[in-house]
Amino acid sequence: MKQNRRSTQRPILAAAIAVALLAGGCGFDTGASGGGPDEPETEGITLYSGRIPAAIGGAVDSYEAEADRDVQVRYADTADLAATLIEEGDASPADAFFAQEPGAIAAVADEGVLARLPDDILQRVPARFRDPAGRWVGVTGRARVLAYNRDAVPRSELPRSPFGLVAPGWRDRVGWSPASSSMQEYVTALRARYGEERTREWLEAMVANGAVDYPNNVTIRDAIASGEVDVGLINHYYVAQAVAAEGEDYPVGVYFPPGGLGSLLLLTSVGVLESSDRKEEAFAFVRSLLSPSSQEFFTVSSKEYPLARGAAPDPSLSVPLAEVPSVEGELVHLDELQATIELMQEAGAL
Amino acid sequence: MTATRPAPAWLVLSGILVAAVAVLPAAYLFVVVAGDLGDALADALTSSTAAILARTLALAAAVTATAVAIALPIGWLTVRTDLPKRRFWAVLCTLPLVIPSYVGAYLFVAALGPNGMLQDVLGVGRLPSIYGFGGAWLVLTLFTYPLVLLPLRGALRRIDPQLEDAARAMGRGPLAAFGSVVLPQLWPVLATGGLLVALYVVSDFGAVSLLRFDSFTREIYVAYRSSFDRTAAASLGAVLVIVMLGLLFLRSRLRSAKVVHRLGPGTLRPAPPYRLGRWRWPALAFCAAVAMVAFVLPVAVLLYWASEGISTGATPLSRAAALGGNSLLVSAGAAAFGAACALAIAALSVRHPGRLSALLERASHAGYALPGILVALALVFFATRLVPPLYQTTALLVFGLTIHYLPLGIGPTAAAMLQVSPRVEEAARGLGRSRADVFRTVTVPLTRGGLLAGAALIFLHAMKELPATLILAPLGFETLATDIWTQTSFGFYEASAIPALLLLAVAAVPVYLLSERGATRP
Repeated sequence: MKQNRRSTQRPILAAAIAVALLAGGCGFDTGASGGGPDEPETEGITLYSGRIPAAIGGAVDSYEAEADRDVQVRYADTADLAATLIEEGDASPADAFFAQEPGAIAAVADEGVLARLPDDILQRVPARFRDPAGRWVGVTGRARVLAYNRDAVPRSELPRSPFGLVAPGWRDRVGWSPASSSMQEYVTALRARYGEERTREWLEAMVANGAVDYPNNVTIRDAIASGEVDVGLINHYYVAQAVAAEGEDYPVGVYFPPGGLGSLLLLTSVGVLESSDRKEEAFAFVRSLLSPSSQEFFTVSSKEYPLARGAAPDPSLSVPLAEVPSVEGELVHLDELQATIELMQEAGAL
Repeated sequence: MTATRPAPAWLVLSGILVAAVAVLPAAYLFVVVAGDLGDALADALTSSTAAILARTLALAAAVTATAVAIALPIGWLTVRTDLPKRRFWAVLCTLPLVIPSYVGAYLFVAALGPNGMLQDVLGVGRLPSIYGFGGAWLVLTLFTYPLVLLPLRGALRRIDPQLEDAARAMGRGPLAAFGSVVLPQLWPVLATGGLLVALYVVSDFGAVSLLRFDSFTREIYVAYRSSFDRTAAASLGAVLVIVMLGLLFLRSRLRSAKVVHRLGPGTLRPAPPYRLGRWRWPALAFCAAVAMVAFVLPVAVLLYWASEGISTGATPLSRAAALGGNSLLVSAGAAAFGAACALAIAALSVRHPGRLSALLERASHAGYALPGILVALALVFFATRLVPPLYQTTALLVFGLTIHYLPLGIGPTAAAMLQVSPRVEEAARGLGRSRADVFRTVTVPLTRGGLLAGAALIFLHAMKELPATLILAPLGFETLATDIWTQTSFGFYEASAIPALLLLAVAAVPVYLLSERGATRP
């Protein structure tokens, strides 16, 4: 018996050691085994992407095909990648950074690790969609909107602006996400347009009116769909994607409130690392992201607003780009974000 | 108990080495905070921080208590009784550990939330709210009680039945014998498992945020994700480390100075299982109820989503195999490496208690109390500066996961070692074996149950870890967990059904093997 047990015990131990050695020693080899289609062999740039493969894959593919270069992508949360870039400093393996939220690219830019983009790239988008110092450029825009449950709220009863959500009739019916960066960007824009006092009053009134606190856009959308709340402040494309997945009878509708800062455009943006030794290639990649074919990919796949001059948004978006306000480039700075968070904390929203 | 002898140099050296790497995340926090000490203190010491911390600790205490209350009966029933299909229940009741907490919380909101599936099925207008303290308590209990169960089962197997027999012979009933003889021997392992649960709750973000419980980690994430305020995030992380030290102190009080190994001569006799008789039905019902809520219900929701086909296209088998292979590779690597490190720390703290051992053991816990992203950033910071060729390799990823989950290995190993009598080792020494030989041929085999339980815990956690894996993995290296993230971050948690089910399937195999191997006695 004893003999028997020994002999079954050894292989497990050996296997564990083998696995440990394999994992420890063959890091580079296993890297390629992650699956996915074969990619061009030509070595190319490394991209840190805060956007998932489904959101940028088509654009990356078309660049790879046109330039016959390989793009290596690290996908992760935008904020985590920004923090990683800041810790890596000059040692970063990344050549370009594609950020989903404006605050993240501002943080990286403020750290001084982004290169100035060539003028021809900057000129491809209107001035309000790029960094005034030329370190990043907007690629697509996502609109902050009011989403609502079409079965519970007639469109005609929706308020003309989010300021209307503090009326007694909306008590306990509104979902929002103060901890999400897109909500915080919106509050930054409110501060710029209406001043600290008016913004604080609105935040306090929202809290007092029982606005329901969710962690992010998706959970608000799902809560509206299930009838947990009736309306919510979210990004437009989360609804567009749900409609695409679940069909036209999906109960959540999108509404661009026409008054005040009813809606707001938040940019996804891209920058090139100063430490990169493939800057020209990285610039070519950025140009490709702003090319008509890539801009169309973004428009079709995620219903986002394309930002390059001449590109047209998806026909399903009823409000033209020019009518959606955006955060001016000057405002996309960390100290602004920090002031916003302090204000939200003082108002009891965070 | 014999007087403590100084530890051999090789053991001390390994211990110092392990602690030195394990303390890297805390060292990183110190580097960041030290640059701006005034600000950091102002960030950490506000009245709202204190209130949120108190609330978080209350949740941790509540979850720990219920996790122990669930794990104790299941552990006892599946080890010491003739419960039908006990190994099946043991495996089933361990698997909830592998459901990532953010997926699990989402499943519970979908199933039990307002207008959720249960409400549909029951046809009632309103259920008790899943949100807030109550919901977080329920969901975190269901996903953390295996942290107690796994080491507990190992400990129950090593208990000497003679003491219990003696108690019974002297007229105590089974319950009284359990309370006076068995339970005291389980204290170390319950304290250890409880500590792991409490630390998990304190550092969890995914579940509590979906369940809308305002926890301490949310403060960290707001500071760090929104304003990229590293100082604020790091000083709040330092608060977590201090909380962890407090919990470690509490645990050391709970398990201090207890002799839990056998004192008598002879070998451990296998304990005959208790006959449950007519109690087998309520016992089965209890195991089934826990497995139902913690495992069957989430899996049923996942299967339902998978069948709905909301998933963005089926995953090709070859890709699923590659993802599963990568998950297995890093998790097994971390489990093996972690078990080896845990052995050194456990041997020091159990066999050679003292100031240095205590210090090394505490230092080794630092990475577990912190959110994964802070562990990852610490390794980014040190690897790019000290060992650039290792940066973003599988080796560094395994290393990072090991640091993050090391205490999961230390706890059960130390608890197992406490049950091994030092006299056995002394006898081997007396027969002329060297100390290293004794360690290898006596101590390690006798501790095997705990070591395997610890390795399993590290394995299951490494398997579902996300933020550190996304940052530290080699370019293009995908695992099942990163695939779940990819599928969900566009907002369709439903699309995570297939990779999440795969994750469960891949994890089930080692859990089953470990439970089976654990069942054979040393």
